[in-house]
Amino acid sequence: MNAPLRAGLGLKPEHFDAALSCTQPGLWFEVHAENYMVDGGPRLQWLEAIRARHPISLHGVSASLAADAAPDPAHLARFAALVQRIQPALVSEHLAWAAWNGTHFPDLLPFVRSTEALHRISANIGRLQDALGRRIAIENPSHYLQINTHAWDEIDFLTELTRRTGCGLLLDVNNVFVSGRNLGYHAGEYLDRFPADAVLEVHLAGHSQDAHLGAGLLIDSHDAQVAPEVWSLYQRLVDRIGTRPTLIERDDNLPAFDELLAEAGTANAHLQRAPQAGAAPRSLEPAA
Amino acid sequence: MTNAAPLSLAQFQSAFADALLAPADAAASSPLAHLLAQPAFAVYRNTVAKGCVDALEANFPSVARLVGREWFRAAAAVHVRASPPRDARLLFYGAHFPQFLRDFEPAAELPYLAGVAQLDALWCAAHTAADAPQLDASALTRLPPEQLGAAVLRPHPATRWVWFETHPIYTLWHRNRPSGMTLADGTAAPPEADEGEIEWQAEGALLTRCDGVVRWQPAGRADAAFLAACADGATLSRAADAASLADPEADIAALLAGLLRAGAFCQLDGPAAAPRP
Repeated sequence: MNAPLRAGLGLKPEHFDAALSCTQPGLWFEVHAENYMVDGGPRLQWLEAIRARHPISLHGVSASLAADAAPDPAHLARFAALVQRIQPALVSEHLAWAAWNGTHFPDLLPFVRSTEALHRISANIGRLQDALGRRIAIENPSHYLQINTHAWDEIDFLTELTRRTGCGLLLDVNNVFVSGRNLGYHAGEYLDRFPADAVLEVHLAGHSQDAHLGAGLLIDSHDAQVAPEVWSLYQRLVDRIGTRPTLIERDDNLPAFDELLAEAGTANAHLQRAPQAGAAPRSLEPAA
Repeated sequence: MTNAAPLSLAQFQSAFADALLAPADAAASSPLAHLLAQPAFAVYRNTVAKGCVDALEANFPSVARLVGREWFRAAAAVHVRASPPRDARLLFYGAHFPQFLRDFEPAAELPYLAGVAQLDALWCAAHTAADAPQLDASALTRLPPEQLGAAVLRPHPATRWVWFETHPIYTLWHRNRPSGMTLADGTAAPPEADEGEIEWQAEGALLTRCDGVVRWQPAGRADAAFLAACADGATLSRAADAASLADPEADIAALLAGLLRAGAFCQLDGPAAAPRP
């Protein structure tokens, strides 16, 4: 049986060689699934070489589950082929939309949490899970806009999605911190309410301040080290729910591989301090 | 807050999508005007625009190097608004970028730019094409000589070729393909650069992928015609005719040996390979 996953790293092509030669036990890597949806060639060979030594998590960014449209069948087929090929430890997507009428927007876009949206997104998560033949985790997004017309609280909405579709959740602690600052809610209280049993993975990342509005608008930029406040929130979370596979997510302003490894080490140190009474660490291998 | 009935999911998305690519001053007439008026809406506009421009810069590195980063990103931003991505995979974004550059008035003095962009796009296509075994140079010796003319050579899925009638585009591209590109497969341009005078003449290019690495070399008019005929399923003798027609001076045996050496083919079908019962 595979050991439970602890801290992992987002993997960019610049770090492939370092990742391949890294022998740190338990280390796992997450990649954006879309970057490997190719017919063949070296990209897939790199990923397969990494996969031969480390567990892989596939993180989708463009399924556009919160669009009022069924996911693109071609995208589902490519995603399924990649899952089949890589046999990832975990697959995740976002509570957001990224495509409309055939145009793709490389971002995670907001929507109004209505009951109509709940039905549509449940159906779309179901389609994705059916296509992949496995359970996926849905990530809470970062918020920037004040939308006053939500009919559903976000945690209630996510919980209802897990109930209707059987999906798990990916809890991005940095997104909670950024959104709490931007929209004016208490990040710690949000985390305290988050449904622990559904959490399959945790994300940690750095953020930055908006160039014009400064600290009044935080950007989920993934271009810096995890902030001290986010580490505190993370400790608060694992104290309550126990250990979970935790990703250091870095997409921009990439430091040396060793610097990322050190951040993963910090996450592991937090996990070490997690109470044994929390939910047992679980393997992410799909059920046999 | 507006008193109007709440927007449906689709109405919200439609208005939001329109606003992402529209000029900022169009926001007032949007059904989402109250949201678009928040300074935070710019985060989405900026992220979308930056993501698209970054993708074009990554996919067209030789163009960016030729014109400079600032000019490139300004031109790319114009292209993004006119032709946003239609595929979630940004590594395929930019299919229309060469044509855009051909028609882009500020690029009128750089008539070779569209061709350079075309070669960047061919590199991406070669890099991500399907895998297939490579036909080795001795493959032809396995067929009896009298059967060769009726045999069919299949280009490897990663093989790409192009012929430019008017400009030395291959040389311009090759010299501006950034070396030390941060690609983990060691796919770096040769250290070169032979900085000799560029001879202003028509040129072609051949791109192949060997052991996971995209390689390129100059190609002649006859090479391009030969490969195009092979891709159409023509027999070797017909492909040779096409090459001779394109360039009567071409040495077909040398041409074929060169293409085989470059790894341009994946399969040789003998004349008997026609449908079997």
